[in-house]
Amino acid sequence: MSAVFDSFSRFYASSIGKKILVALTGLMLIGFVFGHLVGNLLIFAGQDAINEYGHLLQTALHGGGVWIARVGLLAAVLIHVVATVSLTKQNNAARPDKYGQHKAQVSSKSSHTMILSGLTILAFVVYHLLHYTVRIGNSFNSDAYKIDLHGEKVHNVYKMVIDGFSWAPASLFYLIAMALLSSHLSHGFSSLFQTLGISTDKSEPVFKKAGYAFAGLIFAGNAAIVLSIWLFGYGR
Amino acid sequence: MSLDSHIPSGPMAMKWSKHKQDSKLINPKNKRKFTVLVVGSGLAGSSAAATLSELGYKVKCFCFQDSARRAHSIAAQGGINAAKNYQNDGDSVHRLFYDTVKGGDFRARESNVHRLAEVSVNIIDQCVAQGVPFAREYGGMLANRSFGGAQVSRTFYARGQTGQQLLLGAYSALNKEIAAGGVQMYPRTEMLDVVTVDGHAKGIITRNLVTGKIESHAGDAVLLCTGGYGNVFYLSTNAMGCNVTATWRAHKKGAYFANPCYTQIHPTCIPVSGDYQSKLTLMSESLRNDGRIWVPKKAADIGKPPAQIPESDRDYFLERKYPSFGNLAPRDISSRTAKEVCDEGRGVGPGGRGVYLDFAEAIGQFGQKTIAERYGNLFAMYEKITGEDGYKQPMRIYPAVHYTMGGLWVDYNLMSNLPGLHVLGEANFSDHGANRLGASALMQGLADGYFVIPTTIANYLVHQKPGSVTAEHPEFKKALEVCTAQTKGFLNSKGKRSVDSFHRELGLLVWDKCGMARDRAGLTEALKRIPELREEFRTNVVVPGSGEACNPELEKAGRVADFMEFAELLCLDALNREESCGGHFRTEHQYPDGEAKRDDENFSYAAAWGYTGDFAKPTLNKEPLTFEEVHLAVRSYK
Amino acid sequence: MSQLNLHLKVWRQNAGQPGHFQDIEAPEIPDHASFLEMMDIVNERLISKGQEPVAFDHDCREGICGMCSMQINGVPHGPEKATTTCQLHMRKFRTGDTIWVEPFRAKAFPVIKDLVVDRGAFDRIQQAGGFISVRTGAPQDANALPIGKVVADAAMDAAACIGCGACVAACKNASAMLFVSAKAGQLNVLPQGQPEKDRRTLGMVRQMDKEGFGNCTNQYECEAACPKEISVRWITKLNRDYAVAAVKEALGNTPKVAGGGD
Repeated sequence: MSAVFDSFSRFYASSIGKKILVALTGLMLIGFVFGHLVGNLLIFAGQDAINEYGHLLQTALHGGGVWIARVGLLAAVLIHVVATVSLTKQNNAARPDKYGQHKAQVSSKSSHTMILSGLTILAFVVYHLLHYTVRIGNSFNSDAYKIDLHGEKVHNVYKMVIDGFSWAPASLFYLIAMALLSSHLSHGFSSLFQTLGISTDKSEPVFKKAGYAFAGLIFAGNAAIVLSIWLFGYGR
Repeated sequence: MSLDSHIPSGPMAMKWSKHKQDSKLINPKNKRKFTVLVVGSGLAGSSAAATLSELGYKVKCFCFQDSARRAHSIAAQGGINAAKNYQNDGDSVHRLFYDTVKGGDFRARESNVHRLAEVSVNIIDQCVAQGVPFAREYGGMLANRSFGGAQVSRTFYARGQTGQQLLLGAYSALNKEIAAGGVQMYPRTEMLDVVTVDGHAKGIITRNLVTGKIESHAGDAVLLCTGGYGNVFYLSTNAMGCNVTATWRAHKKGAYFANPCYTQIHPTCIPVSGDYQSKLTLMSESLRNDGRIWVPKKAADIGKPPAQIPESDRDYFLERKYPSFGNLAPRDISSRTAKEVCDEGRGVGPGGRGVYLDFAEAIGQFGQKTIAERYGNLFAMYEKITGEDGYKQPMRIYPAVHYTMGGLWVDYNLMSNLPGLHVLGEANFSDHGANRLGASALMQGLADGYFVIPTTIANYLVHQKPGSVTAEHPEFKKALEVCTAQTKGFLNSKGKRSVDSFHRELGLLVWDKCGMARDRAGLTEALKRIPELREEFRTNVVVPGSGEACNPELEKAGRVADFMEFAELLCLDALNREESCGGHFRTEHQYPDGEAKRDDENFSYAAAWGYTGDFAKPTLNKEPLTFEEVHLAVRSYK
Repeated sequence: MSQLNLHLKVWRQNAGQPGHFQDIEAPEIPDHASFLEMMDIVNERLISKGQEPVAFDHDCREGICGMCSMQINGVPHGPEKATTTCQLHMRKFRTGDTIWVEPFRAKAFPVIKDLVVDRGAFDRIQQAGGFISVRTGAPQDANALPIGKVVADAAMDAAACIGCGACVAACKNASAMLFVSAKAGQLNVLPQGQPEKDRRTLGMVRQMDKEGFGNCTNQYECEAACPKEISVRWITKLNRDYAVAAVKEALGNTPKVAGGGD
C-alpha cells in the first residue's frame, strides 16, 4: 500500500505528473462545461422544459446523483486549481531574474494568462454557486420560486434565471467570466492532448481548431442566455 | 636519443593480436587504485575516459568547454570509415590499411595504421549499440557512401553531423561512468602544464576557468586527448578554443613533437570576407561532384559580376590542369592550384582570395530541384554566411586549414617518449602520415580511445606503484608556481595590443609562409619574424580583468603565448623537410607538372623534435619508416 | 559591403553579484560580420579603452557545438529562424538599431559572468539516464539489429539537439522539456534503448525537476527558438513515456526505483 502511495506522491511531485492531473481534471471540467451549457439552453425550450430538467437533476438516484456529481466536480476543481497554482509558483521560481526584453514568437495571449483567467473563473464559480445554487443574497429560495410541475412542487429555475439576468451587474460579470472561460479553453483544450501524450503532427491542428470551436461554442451559448434575457427581455 | 616505437614483431596482420596477447594485465582489485588523468573530452578523450572507467580505473577527465559534449570533434560533418564491407564491394581491413598508408603519402607508421583498420569495424558496432543514429536503408541495414575519392563505399554517416553523433555516443558512455562514480568530470578546466616526477608524467596543473583557481592533480598516468594545432594559423575551420597548449607544455617537459609541418588544407571553405573574420567555415567537399571551379582568365575581369564573364574568358583551371580528375582532384592539389591562380591576381571576392564554384551547368542539366536535394543544406549555410544565393550566382570558395597530422610522438602503445604520458587522437602523430583521408579522423579518435589505450596503458601501469606520487610532491608545487607566475605576468603586462591582434598577426604570417605552399626563403623569413613577434607579445600585450574569476582574455593569452613558441617549431620542421609530401608542399620540390616530389631516400622518417630550452635549436630525433606491406609509389592523379 | 551603427544594451554581471545593462555604442560594424564577430569588434574597442571586454560563450562558430548562447532582442540566438548566434550575421540588422544582449536566464542556468551561464544542469540530467548501458567491446555486429529507416530518421531528428539551452531561455517558465524530451526520445525510440526506457525516463525527468527548471505549459516557444528545429512532438512522447513508466513503477514489479532527483 505504502509503495503505491509513495509512487503516487512521487508522481504528483513531478512536473509531468502534476500536468497529467491538470489535463485529466481539465478534461472532466470540459465535459461538465459542455453538459451544463446543453442543460441551460433548455431555457429557450420554455419554462417547463428547464424546470423538468432541474428537477430531474435534483432527484436522480433519490437525490444522491447530484451529490456524487458535486463531490466529483469539487475534487476535479480542487486538483486542477491546487496543481496549477503549484506549477505556476514553480514556473515563477524557475526564472528569478527577468529579461530586459522577452519576446513571445508563437504563443497566444490566452496561453500566457491561464492562471489569471483560471483564478477569475474560480471566483466566478463561487459567485455562481452562491447566486443560483445556494441562493444567498437573493430571494430565489422563497415560495415565489416554487411552481407546480405535473402535480409536484418544484423549484422554478426558469423564473430564477430570468430574474437573475435582469440585473445588469450580474449579467456583466457572467459575460466577462464566459469570455475568460473561452480564452482558458482556447489553450487548455488542445493543450491537454499534448500533456496526455496523444497529439501528433497530424492531429494537433485538429485539436487546436476543435479547441477554438469549443471555446467559441461555450461563449456563444452562455452569452446567448444572458444577453437574450438582459438586453432583449426574453422571458420577462 | 633513439626512439623505440615498440612495434610488435611478426606479420603485419598479426601484430595487434599478438600485442594484445603479450600485453600485461592488471588485477581488477588493483585497477581501482590507479588514477588516470584524461585531458580533453572529444572522441578520443571521452571514449578513453569511459572505457578505462569501465575497466575499473579511477579516471579524472578535464575539458575547457562547459560540457564534454562540446569538444571540437562535434563539428566533423562527413563520416567515419570502417572496413565492414557491408556493400560487398571488395573492401577489407587490408584495403583500408593500404588506402590510409598511401593516402598519407607513405609517412605513417604501417603497424599503427593496420591496427586502426582492424579496430575500425568494432567502432561501428560500439556506436550502434550506444544508439548513434547512423543513416540506414529502408531494410534497416546501415547505409554507406564513398567519400574523399575512395573506390569503395566504407563511410558511415549521420546526416551532415557524424562528428556530433559519434561524440554524443562517447559522451553518453562518459555520462554512464560519471553516474557510476568511476569518472570525475572537470568542465571549464584548462590544463596548463604536465608535472613530471623522476622523468615520468605524474600529474597536471589546471586552471579552473570559472574561479581562476590554479590546481594540481596527481595521477599514475596522463592521457592527452587535446586535438590539433590548426589555430596557429588563427583562421582555420577549428573551433575558437582549439589550442596547442597541452601538447606544447608537454613538449617543453620533454615529450617529442613529431612532424608539425604536416597540416591539412581543405579546399572548399567559405573565403575570408574581412579582417574581423574569426574563423572559416568548411562546406562538404561533395560540392565538387557537381560544381565547376573557375576564375577569370584575365586579372582585369575579377571585379566583374561572374554572369558577365563569357565562357571564353573563364579558366576552369582544375579541368585544364588535371583533365582526368578535374574538379575532383585531391584536396592538396585542388587547394594549391586555387592558391596559384589567386597569386596570379585572378582570385575573386574581397581581398582577391577566392575562386568560383559554379553550379549553373549542373542546374541546367539536372534542374535546381535536384541540386537542392543534393546540397540544399550547404547552399543554405552559404547563404547564411555570405548573404549570396549559390543557385543564382557562383559560390566563392577558398582553402583553409582543417586538420593537423603532426603531433606528439608516440610508440605503438600510444605512449610518448615521456613515460606515463600517453597521447591520443589528433594530438598524436601516428596514423595519418603526411595527409589524412576523409572520414578517418573520427575513426582514429575512437580507435585510440575505445580500443587501443584500454589495452596498452596496462603495459605502463603494471610497472608503477599506484598512488606513489601525490599532489603534495615538490614538483607539483614548483609547476604550480611557474603557472601562477605566468598568469600574473600576463595580467601585469602594461602593453597596448590585445591578445587577438597578436594571434591574427601570427596567423597571417604562418599562413603566408608556412601554409599551402612553402619555400626556403619564406620559412627563413618566418623564423626571423616569429621571435620578434613573440618578444613584442611579451612586452606589449594587454590582458584586462583579474586572474581570480572567469576571464576569457587571460585564457587566450596563455594559448597564444604557446602558439607563438610552437609556430617556430612548425616552420623549422617545414624547413628541415626538404621534400614535398601530403600536406607539406615545398615549392622547390615538385615535378614539372606541379606534383609533390617525395624524397624517400632522405626523408622517409618521422621527425621527432626535442625541446632544448632554445626554440631555434631543438634536437631532431628520427624514427625511420619502413614499408613492408605497401610499396612506395608516386601518387598520380593525372 | 556596408557598415552599421548600432546601440547595444549588454548585460554585465559578475557571479554572485547583481548585474546591470551597459549601453555600448557600436559604430561601423561590417554587415558581413557574424554576431559574435561584432562582439569581438566591440571587445577589441573596450580593451583599447582600458575596459573589461564582455564575456560570452562560443567555440565552434559553425552552429554545432552549442556553446554560444545570448538572448538577442528578447529571443534566444536572435531573430533568425533555425540559427545559432554564431551563424547570425549582422546584415539581418539595420543601422541605428538598438540591440538587447542578455544571458540565457533561468534559475538552473546561473550567470558566471556577463553573458556566460552555467549549463551543467544539462549534463547532470543526461547522467541520470541519458545513455544506453553498453560496455566497450560487448556489442554484436552493427547490422545484426535492423532498424527501419523511419525509426532511424526519427532518432536522428531528436539527436540533432546541440544542448545549447535556447529552449529553456525561450520558455516563459524556463522549462527544459524540449531538451530532455529530445535526449530521452532519441534513445527511447530506438530498439537499443528499450531495456532501460522506463528507468531512463523517470531518472531524467526527476533530475530535470530537481535542477529547478519550470514546467511545460505547451506554448511551443522552445520549438520556435530551437536552432535545430527539434519538434515538440518529442515532448508529447516524453509525457506519454513518463506516464507509462510511472504507472509501471507504481503497480509493476520494478525491482528498484529509478535514480535521479532522489
